[in-house]
Amino acid sequence: MQKLKTPDLQLLHDTNAPESINAQDHPFAVQGLTVAYHHKPVLWGVSYSAPKGCLTAIIGPNGAGKSTFLKAALGLIPKLSGETKVFGAPIKKALKNIAYVPQRSAVDWDFPATAIDVVLMGLYGQIGWFRWPSRKHRETALNCLKSVGMQDFANRQIGQLSGGQQQRVFLARALAQDAEMYLMDEPFAGVDAATEKAIVMVLRKLVADGKTVLVVHHDLETVRDYYSHILLLNGQHIADGPVETTFTSENLQKAYGGRLASTQLDGLSQASGA
Amino acid sequence: MEQFFAALTMSAGYNTALVCVGAALLGAASGAIGVFVLLRKRTLVSDAISHATLPGVALAFIIAQTYFDSGRSLPVLLFGAALSAGIGVLAVDWIKTHTRLTEDAAIGTVLSTFFAVGMVLLTVIQSMSIAGQAGLEGFLLGATSGMLKSEAMTIALAAGLVGLAVVLRMKEFSLLCFDEDFAAASGYNVRWLDRTLLLLLLGVVVIGLKTVGLVLIIALAIIPPVAARFWTDRVPVLVAIAAGIGASGSFIGAAISASAPNMPTGGLIVLVLFSFFVVSLLISPVRGILAAALKHYRFQRIVHLRQGLLAIAHNEPVLEPLTRSILRKGGFMSGDGQPTFKGQSEARLIERDQKLWNLYREIYPEESHALADWSLKPIGQVLPADTVKVLEDELCPHLVVSTETPKGGAI
Amino acid sequence: MDIFLQFDLPSILLGSLAALACGLLGNFLVLRKQALMGDAISHVVLPGIVLGFLFSHETGSWPMMIGAGAAAIFAVLLIELIRRVGNVEPGAAMGVVFTTMFAAGVVVLEQSGTAGVHLDVEHALYGNLESAIWLDAYTLSDLWNLEVLATLPESIKQLFVVNLLVIAFIMLFFKELKISSFDPLLSASLGFSPKWLGLSLIVMVAIAAVAAFSAVGSILVIAMFICPAATARLLTDNLKVQLFISGIASLSAGLFGYLLAAFGPGLLGYEISVSAAGMIAVVAGLQQVLAMLFAPQYGVVMRRRRQKVHANI
Repeated sequence: MQKLKTPDLQLLHDTNAPESINAQDHPFAVQGLTVAYHHKPVLWGVSYSAPKGCLTAIIGPNGAGKSTFLKAALGLIPKLSGETKVFGAPIKKALKNIAYVPQRSAVDWDFPATAIDVVLMGLYGQIGWFRWPSRKHRETALNCLKSVGMQDFANRQIGQLSGGQQQRVFLARALAQDAEMYLMDEPFAGVDAATEKAIVMVLRKLVADGKTVLVVHHDLETVRDYYSHILLLNGQHIADGPVETTFTSENLQKAYGGRLASTQLDGLSQASGA
Repeated sequence: MEQFFAALTMSAGYNTALVCVGAALLGAASGAIGVFVLLRKRTLVSDAISHATLPGVALAFIIAQTYFDSGRSLPVLLFGAALSAGIGVLAVDWIKTHTRLTEDAAIGTVLSTFFAVGMVLLTVIQSMSIAGQAGLEGFLLGATSGMLKSEAMTIALAAGLVGLAVVLRMKEFSLLCFDEDFAAASGYNVRWLDRTLLLLLLGVVVIGLKTVGLVLIIALAIIPPVAARFWTDRVPVLVAIAAGIGASGSFIGAAISASAPNMPTGGLIVLVLFSFFVVSLLISPVRGILAAALKHYRFQRIVHLRQGLLAIAHNEPVLEPLTRSILRKGGFMSGDGQPTFKGQSEARLIERDQKLWNLYREIYPEESHALADWSLKPIGQVLPADTVKVLEDELCPHLVVSTETPKGGAI
Repeated sequence: MDIFLQFDLPSILLGSLAALACGLLGNFLVLRKQALMGDAISHVVLPGIVLGFLFSHETGSWPMMIGAGAAAIFAVLLIELIRRVGNVEPGAAMGVVFTTMFAAGVVVLEQSGTAGVHLDVEHALYGNLESAIWLDAYTLSDLWNLEVLATLPESIKQLFVVNLLVIAFIMLFFKELKISSFDPLLSASLGFSPKWLGLSLIVMVAIAAVAAFSAVGSILVIAMFICPAATARLLTDNLKVQLFISGIASLSAGLFGYLLAAFGPGLLGYEISVSAAGMIAVVAGLQQVLAMLFAPQYGVVMRRRRQKVHANI
C-alpha cells in the first residue's frame, strides 16, 4: 500500500478511495487512469474497483477505450496518469495473480505450437526460469483443455483450429494460470454459438470458485443473461454496479449517445429485468 | 581540404563536377521516390532490390564480354542489374503470397540468395581470366574515382528522368499511400501503380550502383524521406524536402570523396545523409525529439492539472505526486494538500466545462471521437459559440440528474 | 585422403558450423518476424569488428567478437530509440541504422589503412572459407586424436565454442523464447520480460554472425539466418522439430555447398573455381525453394493439388 503523509488523509473522505477500505475487498482497483494515443485522450481519468467474486462486463461503444482500459490498467501500454492496485499491492508485483486473455487477433496463430503447448504457456510462470514442463504440468494443461471441451484437439496445430476453438484454447490457458483475477478482451468475438455457451459456463464456474472476472463485451443483448455487474465506459467512467440498477436506458444513453435508438434502449434495459 | 571546397564549388574539373551533379540528381530522385516507399511501409523491399542486382551485373558482364567484347559498357551492366532486380521483386511478392512465410523472411531469402548467386558468378569471372573485370568491384561499395565522362553523363541523365517521372506521378502515388481502397474506387489500377512505384525505386537503385554501391544504395531511398518526415506532414512538401536532403547529402558526400579518392563514395554519402537525419531528429520544430518532448510535457501538464481540478471539484483525494505538485505550483492547492480558494473556484469552472464536454460526447459521439482536443481545452476555445450555447441550454435540466442519481434507477 | 583432410574437411567444418550457429538462431528471428534483424546485425557488426581489430591488431580474435557484440547492442538500442522517440516505422528505423553503421565501418576501415592488410571490405562481404587448412592431419584416425585435433584452425575451434553456446542458450531458454515470441504480453505478465529475452537473442545473433562472418562473409550470414529456418518452417508445425530440421538443413547446405563449389566445375569439365561461401548460400536457397514448392503440407504444388481435388469433389 502506498504510504500517505498525514495531510492527505484529510482529503480521504471519499468512500471510493481504495486505501480507505480493506485491500482484501478490492482485487482490482484502478485510480484516475488516463491514456492518450498521439496526444488524443482515449481514456480520461477512469477510476473503478472491480467487485470481488463477480462476473463483470465492460461495455461501451466502439472507441470507448474498453480494451485500452484493460491493457493500460495492467501496465501493458504506457499511460499518462493513474495507477492500479491488486489487493492493495501495485500491479507490477501482482501480475502473477492476474490472467489476461488478449483478443484472439493479438497473436500469430501460424506459430508452430499445438493446443496443449499454448495451454502449457499458462503454467510457465509456476514452472519458473530454465526448467522444462513436467508430466504433471502436461496433465494440468490437459485438464484445463478438458474443462473447455477441447481435450480431443490437444495435439492439433493451433492454426488448424476454428476461431471458436482458438478462443477456447486461450480460455484454457487462462484457467491454467490459476489466478485470482481474470481479465478477458472480447472472448465472444467471432465465436460460434456452442463456444459462446461453453465460455459462459467456464466464466460462471470461475465466479463460483470465488474468482473475480472482468470481460470486455460487445453484445448488449446478452449482458443481462451473462453478467451480474457492468462497467460502462465511453472514454470516461460512465457508471458501474449491479446489472439491475446500472444497465439502464439512461446510462446506456449516456455511454452510447445517439448511436442507439431510444426504442432499442428501452428494449435492452427491460429485456429480462426485474 | 582545398580540393574538397573546389569540388563543392564545382571548380575541381569538369569530370568531378559532373560526378557530383550526377550524385545530387540521384539523391534527389531516390529521396523523392523513397517518400512513397516509406509511406507504403515497404522500405526494406529496396534492400532486396539492391542485392538482387548483383547476379544481373555479373551475367551481363559475362555475356557482353564473351560475345560482344563490351563487358564494361555501363548501360549493358545496368540493364542486367535491372532485369535480375525485377525478378527479385517478383520473387519477394511470390513468396509472400504463395507460402506461409512473411514479407521479412521473403526479403531476406531473396536478398541473400540472389547475392550469393552473384558472388558465385563473380568468382567465375575472376577465374575466367578475361580482361576488363576490374570495374565490377566498384559496384559493391561505389567508386566515383576514374568514372568516365559518358558514365557520369548517363547516371545524371537517368536520375533526372526518374525524378521527373516521380514528380509527374506524384498525385497518384500520394493517393495510393494515403488510401489504397479509395484509389482503387476512383478508377486507378492500384496494382499497376504499386508496380510503377517499385519500378522507379528499382530505377534509382540500379542507377546508383556505380556511385554508391549496392550495399549502401538503399540508404539513399531510406534516410532522406525519414529525415524529411520530421519537418512536415504534407506529402508534396515531404517530397521536396526529401529530394533536397538527398541531393545536398549526395553532392557533399561525392565532393568529399573527390578530394579523398581512397574513401568509398557510398560510405561518405550515407554518413553525410545520416548527419542530416540526426539534425532533423533533434531540432525539427514539427516532429523532432525536443519539440515532441516539449509537447508531451505540456500535454501531460494540461491533463494532470485538469484531472486535479476535477478531483477537487468532486471532493476526491489527489494521490498522484505529479498532479499534486502541478496543483501546488498553480496555487490551486496549499502545502498541506487542501484546495485553496483559487483552486475551488477554478475547479467549479473546469467541472462545468467537463460537463459540457461530456454532453457533447453524448449527443455527438462521432464528432467528439474525431476531435483531438476533447476535454483538453476549455470548450469555448474549440467549438463554435452557437454549439456551446446549445450544449449549455441542454445542460441545465441534465445537471440535476447527473449529480443526484449517478447510479441511475431501474426502469 | 590427406588432401581431403587437410584442405576440404576444414572448409566443410567451417562452413557447416557457421551455418549451424546461424541457422538455429534464425528460427526465432523468423518466428518473431525479425528475419531482417539478422540482415541488419550482420551489417552493423562491421564497425565493431573494425574497432576491435584496430584495438587488438589480429583477426579472428575475441576483441573483435566483443566489438561486434557491443555494436549489435548499440544498433538495437539506436533502432529502438529512433523508432520510439522519432516515431519512425520499424523497417525504416532499421534501414537508417544499419546502412549508417555499415558506412561508418567502411569509412573507418579505408581511413585507418588497415584495408588490404588483414581486413578488407570484400573479405568482409565474401568471407574466406577456403583459407581454413589443417596441415597436421594425415589419416582418418587423426580425427580421434586429441593432439592433432588441437591443431585445428583457430576459427573452427571458435565456431565450435559458439555453436555450443548457441545450443546451450536455446536449451536453457527454450520455453522463454517460445512464449515471448508467441505472446509477448502474456510473457511479460508472467515475468519473462520479452524485452530482455529479445535483446539476449540479438546478442547471440551478433556473436554467431561474427563467428560465421570470417568464414562465409557478412551477406551470406543472412542466408544462414533465414533460409534453413524458413525451410524448416515449411516442413513442420512443431517448434522442436523445426529446430532440428533447420539444423540438418544448415549442415547439409554447408556440406553440399562446399562440395559443389570445390568439385562441381571440375566434374563439368571447367577449370574454374567458384566461391564456396556463395555456393553454400545458394544451396541453402535452393533447399528453401524445394520446400516452398514440394513441402507436404505447405508446399505450393501440394496445396494446388489439394485444391484441385477439393474442386473436383
